[in-house]
Parts: sequence; structure tokens; C-alpha cells
Amino acid sequence: MMAPLLTRRSILTGLGFSTIIGTTGGLVLSPSFRDLVLASGEKLAYQTHRLIGRNALAPEFTEADLSPDFRTNGNTMPASAEYQRHMETSFANWRLQVDGLVAAPQAFSLAALKAMPARAQITRHDCVEGWSAIGKWTGVPLAALLTQVKLLPTARYLVLHCADDFSGNAYYESIDLVDAFHPQTMLAHTMNDQPLSVGHGAPLRLRVERQLGYKQAKYIMRIEATATLANIGLGKGGYWEDQIGYDWYAGI
Amino acid sequence: MHSPEPMAIQAPKGGDLVDRHRLSTRLWHWTNVITIVIMLMSGLMIFNAHPRLYWGKYGANPDYAWLQIGATQGETGFLRVGSVTVDTTGVLGRWTESSGQVRNRAFPSWATLPGSYNLALARRWHLTFAWVFALGITAYLIRSLINRHLQRDLLPTAEQARPAHIWADIKHHAKLQFPKGEAARHYNILQKFAYLSVLLVLIPGIILTGFTMSPSLNATFPWLLDVFGGRQSARSLHFIFMLGIVAFVIVHLLMVVLAGPINEIRSMITGRYRLPKEDK
Repeated sequence: MMAPLLTRRSILTGLGFSTIIGTTGGLVLSPSFRDLVLASGEKLAYQTHRLIGRNALAPEFTEADLSPDFRTNGNTMPASAEYQRHMETSFANWRLQVDGLVAAPQAFSLAALKAMPARAQITRHDCVEGWSAIGKWTGVPLAALLTQVKLLPTARYLVLHCADDFSGNAYYESIDLVDAFHPQTMLAHTMNDQPLSVGHGAPLRLRVERQLGYKQAKYIMRIEATATLANIGLGKGGYWEDQIGYDWYAGI
Repeated sequence: MHSPEPMAIQAPKGGDLVDRHRLSTRLWHWTNVITIVIMLMSGLMIFNAHPRLYWGKYGANPDYAWLQIGATQGETGFLRVGSVTVDTTGVLGRWTESSGQVRNRAFPSWATLPGSYNLALARRWHLTFAWVFALGITAYLIRSLINRHLQRDLLPTAEQARPAHIWADIKHHAKLQFPKGEAARHYNILQKFAYLSVLLVLIPGIILTGFTMSPSLNATFPWLLDVFGGRQSARSLHFIFMLGIVAFVIVHLLMVVLAGPINEIRSMITGRYRLPKEDK
């Protein structure tokens, strides 16, 4: 009996090894193939995390777990004249503008936000660089605000426009509606039982607890509901996403 | 594989060509060669973004780091572990690029992916190939349970687990005496121990500590934080598991060279292995 030339085993072997060699060759030789492959990790993570833990709550800690010294990061003093004026007047004339794809656009004063039902949580802040700090955040659940302004069904993202900038490029960030309506997602005005300091984002910063630090936008001036991220900034959904290629989904 | 092994009829002897590695083992092995190099080098670049390690739930610059790689105000690079500081100028902390440029950065460009500082790109390499790595070990472990590779070839036999046998095997390794003939068809006890540590401890450990660093997965699997003692402990353990895998790879390559690299590498490509001849 002659042995067949093509067996299931040899076909599998050939396929397996050519996949390994082909992928490696493509990664080494073709920058566009490389970008395509390397973009898949973020997409897979985003879809998988939404599938397995859409509404899961971030771990909360106790007062005993608080970082003794919660370091600041990114911009710690917005340079704009407008922000400087707000700072000098203790944000009395500052307003949070909420607009875009909403039925009832509204401007909220800091006093109005502080008068709304608040939530407090002790959570861990994780910088993309690797460090973590635990702090206590008090603020308005973002979902409460979105209910007031009546988000339209066409809205898919919330874009947070900030007062700070890097060399003239204003900071901004964006989140999807799963995170926007997540019970722990809040606009924090109080940190460790003190009014939010300028270094940490006064008067208002985002806490989106299941993502990394660069998503926790500070110095928020305006929240815009949009159907797409393509028309904001350079289209990647955030300042660092646009400038240096950090992933928009920062759940890892 | 599913076909019965022909050597069951007559015991093979030194010089015979025998079936050594299954297809699943060979595919996984070469996938890992690529994936582990990518994971290691991109991981070192990610470490460069914050070259300090902590124990516990939190850890940042104001907190005590049990390990740190850095550069002093003067001209030296250093590695600090606990209270011990080692001057690592030229290799870690402060080193010179091939262009002649001196850099104050933890791991040098020849060890990182990409070679120049780019946390965003390193994270993309790392977090994309993490899928290949994690799905690979999962598929391999399931396959090895079903085809009984794990039970038959990797779990030590009762005879091998005896302290006297282990000691004898350590002595054989120390004298660089490798098994010949029929005995070379089976893994020895130190080999089994090394492979099982990688398969069941180091790789699952490095994947699970990776999960534990994800704020999103912390919400989905909060128990992982309890298992590893907090996110910063998980980050430290991730680094330690990495050192374990690197140590395995170094010893593994050394053993391949000592045991006859051509025969060993052929067996990992074609699956066929020539049994070393018995001493006359």
C-alpha cells in the first residue's frame, strides 16, 4: 500500500507553519499589515470586556486603603486666561455646558452640581505608565445629568472638552454610553473630602473607573453628545489617542 | 497523534529515528518563540514608562518601591532591590545608544520593542500578542489533556518522583550526561519539572497577573486582586514570572545546544528525533 502524498496531518502541518511564517514575515516587512494586526488587540479587548462585564462594578476600597500621597499627573495648571479668571473667582461664574445630541442643552453651575444627589466612592486610579493611587471621589453620577438634558437616541459617545492644553492643543476625551451610564461614572467635584484641587482637575473631573488615568479628563468645560468621534480633534477620540496613539479603549 | 506508534512492536534503540513531538507541540513551540520575544521586549518598554515596582493595592512615585531602575543625578545607572543598589551603568538605567546618544532609561533599546521610547506602540504589541499567547496556552493545555501528552509524557512517574532518582538525575545533569537509546525517548525528571513549571505556573501566572492589572477586568473578576494581593503586587509578580520564563528559555537553549542542536531542532520541526546511540 502506498502512503498518500497529502494526508490531513501534512495539510495541517503545512497550514500551521505557513501561518506562523507568513504572519511573522508580514509583521517584519509591511508597516500597514503591522498596524492592522496591532489594532486588533484593542478591538478584541473592548468587545470582550463589554461582553463579559458590561455592567460590572470597579472594586471599591476603604479609608484605610487611601494613598497617603495621591500624585498629580498631566497638566496641573491650565494656562488659558479664561481658566485663570475662573480660578481667581473660585469658579463662581464657571458653567458646565452640556450639549450636542441632546433635547435640552443646559449649563450647570458648580453650586448646582454640588446640590445634586451625590455619590462617593473610594477607587483606584491606574496610570497607563503603571502606577496606581487610591482616592475618595465625590460627585454627580453622569447618568443623572444625561437624564436631565435628555440624550437623543442618535447619540453614541460623550466627548469631554477640557480647559487645559498641551502646546495649544486642548485636552479632550470621550467615552461610550455603556461607561457614561455606568453607576460609578461621575463628575467629581470633591476628592478625599476636600474640594477638588487645581492639580487634580478643579472644578470638575471625570471618573470612569474601569479605564486608565488618561480617560479621567480634568478641568471639564463642556460635555458634547455625538454620533461619531471622527469630527472631534484628529478623530481618534482623545488628545493622547490623537497625538501619540494611546488606545481609545483603555480598559487594560 | 491518533495513529498508533509503530515502535510499540519493537523497542527502538540508539540510532533509530522515532516520533518525538506532536504537531500541537511543534506549532505551539514556534508560535511561542515569536510571541514570547514580542511579549518580553514590548513588556520591557512598558516597564520603562514607570521603572519601579511596589507591593500592595497602590503604588506610585511617593510610595516605597521594592525594585527600581534609574539614573542618579551624576553619571550612573542603577538597579535597586530593597536596600541593595548595584551600579548598572551601560546596561540598565543609563546607557549609550548605537548612535552614541546617552539615554537615562531603564532597559536599553536593544532589549525593547520598539527600540525608541514609545509606550503606546509597546502596549499595542503587548496587548495584541497577549491574545495569541493566552489562546495558545489554553488550546495547548486542552489538546495535551485530550491526547494525554500531559498525563503520559509530562507528569513524573512514581519511580521518577523518588528522591534518590531526582538526586541521580541532578548528578547526571551536573556531569552533562544525557540519556541514550530507549531512555532518551522519555523526558527526565528535571525536564518534566521545568516544563510543568512553565506550563502550569509561570505562563498561567503571567497571564492572570496581566489580567489583574486591567481596571476593567478588576471589575469583572475582582477575586483576582485578592489572589495576587492587589494591582501593584500583581504588577511585581508579572515581572517576577517574566524573569522565570527568561531563566527557563536560557537553560532550555543551553540544553538544546549541549544535547545536539541539529537533532533537537529537527525534532521540533518535523517531529522526528534520532535516539542517541548507547555507549559501547
